[in-house]
Amino acid sequence: MSSRRDFLKATGGLVLASGGSWMASHAHGADATMGPAELPEGTLSSSILEALPGKVPLIKKSWRPPNYETPISYFNEEFTPNNAFYVRYHLSNIPEVAAASWRLKIGGEAVATPLELTLDNLKTNYEQVEIAAVNQCSGNRRGMFLPHVSGVEWGLGAMGNAKWKGARLKDVLNKAGLKKEALEIVFDGADSGTFPATPDFVKSIPVWKALDENTLIAWQMNGDALPHWNGFPARIVVPGWTGTYWMKHVTSINAVTKAFDGFWVKSAYRIPRGKFPIVDRFISQETDVNTPITEIVVNSLITNIVNGQKVGVGQPFEIKGIAWDGGYGIARVEVSTDGGQWWRAATLGQDYGRFSFRQWTFIANPTERGTMTVMAKATNRAGATQTFELIANPAGYHHNVVQRVSLSVA
Amino acid sequence: MRLLLLLTSLMLGAGVVIAAEQRVVLKEGPGRDKVEANCTACHSLDYIVGNSPFMSRQVWDAEVTKMIKVFGAPISEGDAKEIADYLTKNYGPL
Repeated sequence: MSSRRDFLKATGGLVLASGGSWMASHAHGADATMGPAELPEGTLSSSILEALPGKVPLIKKSWRPPNYETPISYFNEEFTPNNAFYVRYHLSNIPEVAAASWRLKIGGEAVATPLELTLDNLKTNYEQVEIAAVNQCSGNRRGMFLPHVSGVEWGLGAMGNAKWKGARLKDVLNKAGLKKEALEIVFDGADSGTFPATPDFVKSIPVWKALDENTLIAWQMNGDALPHWNGFPARIVVPGWTGTYWMKHVTSINAVTKAFDGFWVKSAYRIPRGKFPIVDRFISQETDVNTPITEIVVNSLITNIVNGQKVGVGQPFEIKGIAWDGGYGIARVEVSTDGGQWWRAATLGQDYGRFSFRQWTFIANPTERGTMTVMAKATNRAGATQTFELIANPAGYHHNVVQRVSLSVA
Repeated sequence: MRLLLLLTSLMLGAGVVIAAEQRVVLKEGPGRDKVEANCTACHSLDYIVGNSPFMSRQVWDAEVTKMIKVFGAPISEGDAKEIADYLTKNYGPL
């Protein structure tokens, strides 16, 4: 806790004062750029393209705390540029963390020898690994839930794929002498709420997931330092699991022997039990009715065509997209150009690892004038596929309904 | 007093954000002042516009109650009612 105050002191409070470019490059308008037409009317009317300091213009959902999503055109590439990567915060006090004064405390009753790491320690005292992995907000596509549910009304872009580099969390925990009684590993970051009573954003994961060789304390993203808005100087990376666990500006990691009972784990980020084809369980946090969200459900996105776009009859064209899941890997993507009657396999692009976006392409050949409805459906190596009907849940998570894009053939 | 100090320091630190946020103009109506005075302590007002128009009276009530009971917003009972009234009337269901 004291480290957070030090950061605040050191930086004079909020970071946002650095934002000379804050007001730059924004444009009003509720066109397709702002997201799919299913989004609530108020969401579309209040969305603008706006650049945070160090970012390209992103779709602004809320100013404070800052929530900005990545425009769909950036998903035509497998890796999402750092300056276009989406931004998601729960609380408004976001100190600008200085690399030199940053410290990461490893502690809790389930370690034998608490540690305090500098950024340099993290980079040099542990084996460094790099993993391509999708970071997707649990509530990505929440705005497309019908009936709507409250929350940040995300469209399609509360996600991104990057190469994350850092130390394995398990190596750091083992260095601190992780005890066998450890049940959960608890992460806190430098951000905090307005009032002392506001629950701090603190998250935990089961110890087995913390010890997974792919779970990292990352300080590099796509070959560069993490952008401030994505967790500088270091964040937790939990490949396969939704973004809620990827603690930004991480300042403490505690190994505990009892189930963590903070609001953001005990009450928030929960899904009903038994409704989703989920493999990974967070058993110490399960109740009779719900459980913390864990792995990302299999999903896909058509990235290079938009509703209403015109194509020529007898003129073949390429449809591009991406597919991803919770780390089983994409087995196949099927595309339909007749509204779901016939499906044919798309061609999968380069495999950057089972946690990464997998690009796919498909050549469509419109033969009749009228409407061509394009759909894409991904299936992972565990046999799970996307749904055709929304699986309703109160917080609006795990939207992986097969997309429909209607083109005008003339 | 403590709240006032806290808010003042926040606004000084977040001057740029506040400037951007002023572009959110909520609909005219009784209770708007209470919404602006209370809700902006923690978040910009685009949260309200973005979550409209689909929330019923019951859902807006629950939202205001959550801000007080879960997130610790120091909102009086009277203000809470005025806020929920305003939100339901101006940003409620279609």
